[in-house]
Amino acid sequence: MKLQRLTPIDFVIFAAVIAAVAYVFYRVETVLVYNWDWSAIPNYLFRWDEATGGFVPNLLIKGLATTIRIAIWTMVVASVIGTILGVARTSKRLFPRLVSWAYVEFIRNIPPVPFLFLFYFFIASQIMPLLGIDEAIHGASPGTLAVAEFLFGPANLMTNFAAGMISLSMMSAAYIAEIVRAGIQAVPKGQREAGQSIGLSGIQLMRYVVLPQAIARVVPPLAGQFITLIKDSSLVALISIQELSFLAMEIAISEQRFFEVWIVTGAMYFIVCYSCALLFGRLERRIGVHRR
Amino acid sequence: MTGEIDDDVIILMTGVNKWFDDFHVLKDIDFSVRRGERVVICGPSGSGKSTLIRCINRLEDHQGGGIVFNGVELGEETRRTAEIRAEVGMVFQQFNLFPHLTVLENCTLGPMKVRGASRAEANQLAMEYLEKVHIPEQMAKYPSQLSGGQQQRAAIARSLCMRPEVMLFDEPTSSLDPEMIKEVLDVMIDLAETGMTMICVTHEMGFARTVADKMIFMDEGRIIEEGPPKEFFANTKNERTKLFLGQILSH
Repeated sequence: MKLQRLTPIDFVIFAAVIAAVAYVFYRVETVLVYNWDWSAIPNYLFRWDEATGGFVPNLLIKGLATTIRIAIWTMVVASVIGTILGVARTSKRLFPRLVSWAYVEFIRNIPPVPFLFLFYFFIASQIMPLLGIDEAIHGASPGTLAVAEFLFGPANLMTNFAAGMISLSMMSAAYIAEIVRAGIQAVPKGQREAGQSIGLSGIQLMRYVVLPQAIARVVPPLAGQFITLIKDSSLVALISIQELSFLAMEIAISEQRFFEVWIVTGAMYFIVCYSCALLFGRLERRIGVHRR
Repeated sequence: MTGEIDDDVIILMTGVNKWFDDFHVLKDIDFSVRRGERVVICGPSGSGKSTLIRCINRLEDHQGGGIVFNGVELGEETRRTAEIRAEVGMVFQQFNLFPHLTVLENCTLGPMKVRGASRAEANQLAMEYLEKVHIPEQMAKYPSQLSGGQQQRAAIARSLCMRPEVMLFDEPTSSLDPEMIKEVLDVMIDLAETGMTMICVTHEMGFARTVADKMIFMDEGRIIEEGPPKEFFANTKNERTKLFLGQILSH
């Protein structure tokens, strides 16, 4: 960003912001009488392990790993469901259009917390036993188990992880469906007509003409959705999934160090989200190469 | 099909009517095109000329009357529609090239996916037609990198790669800057000389005089006058036709 010439107003605003921040700190120091003690925090990030003789990730880093796993898996599952719903929303047939419309409206008009609890308690009791994750784990070889644990987290928590991940996916899918629908409808009608005029069938039209153009338009909002998902994953703390916010809460309570823990946790989320934002920015610029 | 079947007639419209909701856009259209014939349709905006040709490749459907293309009645079944569309090429006012594909890929998509040609065959075919429209050197470029005239010529090549029986042109030069209109019209004249059956909606009367076998004037959804260009321009019978020609020929 090129620095414009600084005007007097800029200085006034800057001074006001500094004053506001200083005031907050002053209030924290004098009114709350808070004893800052950061000493316990590093230990929760990495601890010295006698057995291996090295630093090993502790709760906060493990929580972050779970958060990232949830975000990625939810994004994958939600994208698949969301794309199907989004294409269904633009279908000529009434039934797919109606069903996907109903689903999207339902999710968009219920806040995440009630939906999460409803869906979690429903699927935990009904669907999870059907998926048979626990049996699969017991029967798995050590090699498979190691790969599974890398992908999904600790074995004993896998069913829980799956439940939380599916709940989040059902919610995100609705938003992704809208993004995909908007992307498809943004493709000009003339494109479809040109494809039809060379004899392409409906499926060929979608595959070679409409979806490739829709996808390019859909990547920026999807990237935003992913970053939102990293933050919204903290919701599953409510159903005791051991991700970053849940563990931060436990540590803050047991150590009685609220500010330090939450500031560090907030910083961790920020670093992850901002890195993703930068990465997606570069990706978007590369995709934008041969479009006007 | 009943009645006299003239093998030479490739498109036959009898008593065709069409409504957009309440708006009666095509009224009792009787229209026929013979193989190898070049038809130019002109008329004021809203006269239904674009709608008429879009009914031929079923981009619009008709509610009354019948349209027969190459012996096949055009109706509701979508399976035949794609086959029929492959036989009818269309060139749009807005070009409608696929922006995410190169010029070459725009041309090879149809032959490869619809006719099952191999990539090599499709490429060869595409280069042949790109040379005929005089832009072979643009094959690797994307549409956004081409001028309007080049884009429209690429669009013509794309349609020709499907080796259609009929080419429809919907105001192909109306979106072009004046200096590029000639290059596109020249390509269309070359195409006419190869014997292609062409139906063209256009305001370019100079082109019409050179190329057309039959001129048609439409107004308010009806065919008002039709005839060979000489008669059409020199001995215009209808008052509305005279008025319209007077307006556009005064430029």
